Amino acid sequence: MIAKTLQDTFRRYRRPGDIVYATLFFAFALFLLSQIGVETKVVKRTKWFAQPSLWPSIAIWGMVIFSGLHLLSSALSPRIPGRWKEVGFWLQSLEYVAYFLIYVVAVPWLGYLPSTMLFAAFLAVRSGFRSSATVCIALVFGAVVAVVFRALLQVNIPAGRLYEVLPEATRVFALTYL
Amino acid sequence: MENLISGIALLTQWQVIAALIIGSVGGVIIGALPGVGAAVAIAILLPATFAFEPIVGLTLLLGIYGSSMYGGAIPAILINTPGTAVNALTTYDGYPLTKRGEGHRALSLAYSASFFGGIFSIVCLIFLSPVLAWVAPHFGSREIFLAAFMGILLVILAHRGQTFSAAMLAFFGIFLSTVGLEPVKYTKRFTFDQTWLASGVDLIVVVLGLFAISQALLLLVDKDHAPGEAHVRGSIFAGLKELLGLKRIATVSSSLGVVMGMVPGTGEFTSQFLSYTYAQKTSKDPDKFGDGSPEGLVASEAANNAVPGAAMIPLLALGIPGEALTAMMLSVFYVHNVIPGPQLFVDQLDFVMALYMSLILLNVIVLVFLLFSTNLLLKIIQIPTRFLGIMILTLSFVGVFSLRNSITDCAIAAGFGVFGLILKRLDLPIVPIILGMVLGGIMEVKLRSAMAKVKTPLDFIDRPIAAILFAMILCIIALHVRTLVQEHRDRRRPQPTGDGDTTQQG
Repeated sequence: MIAKTLQDTFRRYRRPGDIVYATLFFAFALFLLSQIGVETKVVKRTKWFAQPSLWPSIAIWGMVIFSGLHLLSSALSPRIPGRWKEVGFWLQSLEYVAYFLIYVVAVPWLGYLPSTMLFAAFLAVRSGFRSSATVCIALVFGAVVAVVFRALLQVNIPAGRLYEVLPEATRVFALTYL
Repeated sequence: MENLISGIALLTQWQVIAALIIGSVGGVIIGALPGVGAAVAIAILLPATFAFEPIVGLTLLLGIYGSSMYGGAIPAILINTPGTAVNALTTYDGYPLTKRGEGHRALSLAYSASFFGGIFSIVCLIFLSPVLAWVAPHFGSREIFLAAFMGILLVILAHRGQTFSAAMLAFFGIFLSTVGLEPVKYTKRFTFDQTWLASGVDLIVVVLGLFAISQALLLLVDKDHAPGEAHVRGSIFAGLKELLGLKRIATVSSSLGVVMGMVPGTGEFTSQFLSYTYAQKTSKDPDKFGDGSPEGLVASEAANNAVPGAAMIPLLALGIPGEALTAMMLSVFYVHNVIPGPQLFVDQLDFVMALYMSLILLNVIVLVFLLFSTNLLLKIIQIPTRFLGIMILTLSFVGVFSLRNSITDCAIAAGFGVFGLILKRLDLPIVPIILGMVLGGIMEVKLRSAMAKVKTPLDFIDRPIAAILFAMILCIIALHVRTLVQEHRDRRRPQPTGDGDTTQQG
């Protein structure tokens, strides 16, 4: 009877993989809860509303309570097959995260223009656009992005160290605009 | 009058005009591309706008925000794929009209309804300004705290069926806002002795990760597809007059859009749902809804386009954003030391006037642009989704890295990108995290300053506005509990037919 009432109350629509996410989030919330005493301080002669630990505590307790309820409702809802396939999909995204981080590290070395062109072209090939026309479009796209943001909008992106070895005539131009 | 002239002078700068045109036209294109949307574009462009004057940056972002829903109607009507999530309801009546060979009529109605909704909300904003200027100074720390708290509460409860998830993510957002060196007692909070955590987690890094990088990853990993081909035949001007016959629906829908736009945490979806339901219930032909009803189309489009103007009301008057896009815009204000809130109407009314006028102008520019370029837009949106993913990922880098040239920021944004991808795949909301971060910070500061003047708990609500806000919070909670009890009773009642499919909590 109690189980039936619980199920009626908490049952909800969910997608495959929901319980994996719910478990991980709940574990993360519990970990943060275990760290409250270490990672925040209670300051003497300070009222409760000005304590540095007040808001982290409110936030973490909220996370623990609601992620616990979310996990409970996930466990009580009808299971949809495909949990690990879904987790596999999430993990596949890490490949592109790795490419993105390599690009991030490459920019201060190669310079914004060359690395952006290479990055766009590489991603095009990796994601299945193998024709030379599409790769060219990706290269042009990379060049346009770099010129618009660095040369025209002058956004704060450092010049590449590689530009230092360019001939004098092009070096200053590259350091300023590319 | 002086402020109006000063506002016009602000608008006539070439940078503002350029921002207005680029924002409006760019917003339409972004909105028309299924899988991109205003949030992604604003997240990417946000750091670039910090280098501009506040009016230039905000005009650009407002242009994108206000025009994306116009563009989103095009694929919704012609190929049954909403350009932005808020155009989903437009497919119900727009696509059946296209199938009957009346695509041009549907587009025309959608454009004119959107224009009506957009202008209606700005007129409301202008007429409400004196009221705002009068009321806003009465908002002290405790009132702003209560308003921010109400915003959090509403954003959680507005996610029906996902309340637990919305709540845990809103609290996660509040938690993120507390990480780093706390500015009053100078103690470290959840830095784990890592120097890169001492300065806290930047809102823009989180926004870019959750909205832009997550979308790029989703498009890159998912199966590739491109929107189908479509072409509009017939005059797009012809249906403009038709809206005059539907002005009751357009006015009520726009009014609902304005009200819902002002209430934090609700926005386009709720206003559309309410106006669509109203239109259907009051229609002489309710059976046509979902099968090409012009009234349904007008209700949906007028309601969603009335929201951006109205969403500016709590942002400008109180400095409280009601949803993710205005939360992002708040950072533009802060970067330029323009603090939205009561003083803005006193000290910089010309700036507020210029914003209103730019909102009107953007609606005019978008309407004119769309009337002449719909077929061109239909060609542009044929970009394969994976290529769109490449474009978004490449552009996301500029957004994150240009903030402070930090590789760590990029890694954090990528982490939030994966988290955002998981949330999107699970159909869980992202907005509570952003609002939790913004409103959590506001609540912490305002509670501290409010409590310094409070002796007993009742003092907290002894001023009229604070008392009204408190009563509203109690009403919202009571109404939600009542709905939950009713739903629970309905669920336990034996079903006459049906398969006992999944139901929703919260």
